[in-house]
Amino acid sequence: MSGPNNGVMVVLEATAGRLSDVSLELISLGKDVANSLGGPLVGVLIGASDVALTAVGCDIVDCYVDFGTIGYSSEMAVTALSARVEAIRPRLLLAPTGTLGLDLCSALSVAFDATLASYVVGLSVDAGRIQATSQLYGGKLLADCDLGDGFAIACVVPGSAVALQLGVGDVEVSNHSLDAIVGSLAIEPGIRHEPEASGVDIVAAELLVSVGRGIGASANLEVVQELADALGVPMSASRPVIDQGWLPKPHQVGKSGKKVKPKVYLSFGISGAPEHLEGMRQSEVIIACNTDPNAPIFKVAHYGTTLDLFDLVPELVELVEG
Amino acid sequence: MNIIVAMRQLADLVEELEVDSSGTDIDREFVKFVSNEWDEAALEEALCLKEAYGGTVTVVGIEEVDFHQTLHAALAKGADRAVELTGDFEGWIPTRQRAAALAWFIRECDFDLVLTGVQAADDLNGQLAGAIGAMLGVAHASVVTNISVEGSEAHITQELGGGVTSVSRARLPLVLGVQSARQAPRYVPISRIRQVMAEATIEKVPVTGESFGNTPQVLRLYAPEASGTATMLEGKPKEVASAIYDVLVAKGVAGSRKGN
Ligand SMILES: Cc1cc2nc3c(=O)[nH]c(=O)nc-3n(C[C@H](O)[C@H](O)[C@H](O)COP(=O)(O)OP(=O)(O)OC[C@H]3O[C@@H](n4cnc5c(N)ncnc54)[C@H](O)[C@@H]3O)c2cc1C
Ligand SMILES: Nc1ncnc2c1ncn2[C@@H]1O[C@H](COP(=O)(O)O)[C@@H](O)[C@H]1O
Repeated sequence: MSGPNNGVMVVLEATAGRLSDVSLELISLGKDVANSLGGPLVGVLIGASDVALTAVGCDIVDCYVDFGTIGYSSEMAVTALSARVEAIRPRLLLAPTGTLGLDLCSALSVAFDATLASYVVGLSVDAGRIQATSQLYGGKLLADCDLGDGFAIACVVPGSAVALQLGVGDVEVSNHSLDAIVGSLAIEPGIRHEPEASGVDIVAAELLVSVGRGIGASANLEVVQELADALGVPMSASRPVIDQGWLPKPHQVGKSGKKVKPKVYLSFGISGAPEHLEGMRQSEVIIACNTDPNAPIFKVAHYGTTLDLFDLVPELVELVEG
Repeated sequence: MNIIVAMRQLADLVEELEVDSSGTDIDREFVKFVSNEWDEAALEEALCLKEAYGGTVTVVGIEEVDFHQTLHAALAKGADRAVELTGDFEGWIPTRQRAAALAWFIRECDFDLVLTGVQAADDLNGQLAGAIGAMLGVAHASVVTNISVEGSEAHITQELGGGVTSVSRARLPLVLGVQSARQAPRYVPISRIRQVMAEATIEKVPVTGESFGNTPQVLRLYAPEASGTATMLEGKPKEVASAIYDVLVAKGVAGSRKGN
């Protein structure tokens, strides 16, 4: 086994024949690091090779048969990626924060004794050492850290870089089958379930009234529901509201919920964790009500207030009902 | 069905978090610690599994500020055994170190499932489930929202993002990072916790400090700079409401277009 070379490996995901947004962001981040290190940028694509032709920006692309067609298995992902790391020995591996990244990064870091940073929002190279900036405590603090001069892994928060706009060009592509792996798995490829269709369409709404854990209890939802009703718009929510069973899943905004871009996103009692921001930061105007002046939501909001939502919402209802 | 749940305490994110004089860790002195919310989900799923299939639930974690509260609450909710790993643990503990100590303990146990929270908000050094799985040589999966068991097999549901889920058939044993349980974590009255505190014992198991591999070195911990884009609306609720309403009207989503 040779030591780590100066390459950067990026884990790419494709859906419906195109690379995901976060994949393009990883290529952009990875390219900068690869340039600083003077090594190649290698893409490992979970998806068919026709997508790879658009993965220019990488010098080499390794393709795996789409998990979307075989079904997803965390163990299959780890086994496949381990083989590529073993073969290519990159200096840095970049994966997106999300199920794939969470399944891969810790396991690979143990297997290869790599230094791992998660929640990464920025990367740099300083005298041959890789440095990462990570977002901790739900986005309340940032940590700059040194990942050393050996093999490092960064699990990157979606939205941390501007997606690289890819052209078409020559890229060396090799295809790999997962057949040999599939037979021996303890965790078989899963059966995919699309989200349930429902009456509420928070994606189409021009205005969303969104509620978070700050609402405190199910019974209190009525207060905000009254405002949503008065405005004639659907209520959306952060994950804890859904997990508590206070609102059904189709109302969830964020990483594992829906991505929304209304004209106005009006939030009450939502802290603005990275997984929530991922789903709503592209809204045209964000108005946030949160009693904590340090809540990360204020970093993306256009208008903010630290009033108690229970004092503010009734006043809004009164105005709207006029 | 023997289930081990790895739990911990974590700074309450609703609190103001200050950076200490070293500049690389939070000031742990005055901050309030609470159970990691995702560990609570892992415990809930474990208790539901025990109720459905029998067996035992062991809760284990590293000696840290207020960790006994987590253990006592877990026992009060129905866990059978509470274990605290003692040793040289101070300040911020990298996931690799945490995982190594937990794996060292778990390896000697008879287990079908190891459950832990999908993440903790200070997981700078990765998430626990994958690290424990790799150390034990046991298959692992994260962002799990449902588990059912049939004999030596489980069906696990993972969220893949955007509302898409994937259900896999898997052979036990497994290490799973739990995102949410099938139901919200159960409530346990404080009187019951007090009773447990008086009666139950927490097993203390000393772990000997061994190397746990490479971890990132924190150079600087700091609050992000305000992006400066948010206009803070000051005043009484009536005034702020009126300012917000003006924005809604200006964007054409309220007022003249009421009813949308
Ligand atoms: C893999 C993964 C996927 C995830 N997917 C999602 C997702 O899709 N969507 C999502 O939202 N989260 C998701 N999360 C969870 C995310 O990390 C956060 O836990 C969650 O967004 C926090 O929700 P919150 O802001 O409502 O709650 P908290 O973070 O608890 O914030 C509540 C806020 O309310 C404020 N507050 C309290 N009382 C009042 C009051 N009276 N008036 C005004 N403000 C008040 C508090 O100051 C606090 O800031 C995911 C996590 C993981 C690990
Ligand atoms: N107290 C401890 N803290 C951290 N890691 C430990 C500890 N004890 C054992 N380990 C790790 O657990 C793994 C197995 O240890 P053992 O079972 O003692 O051979 C090794 O990777 C050790 O480094």
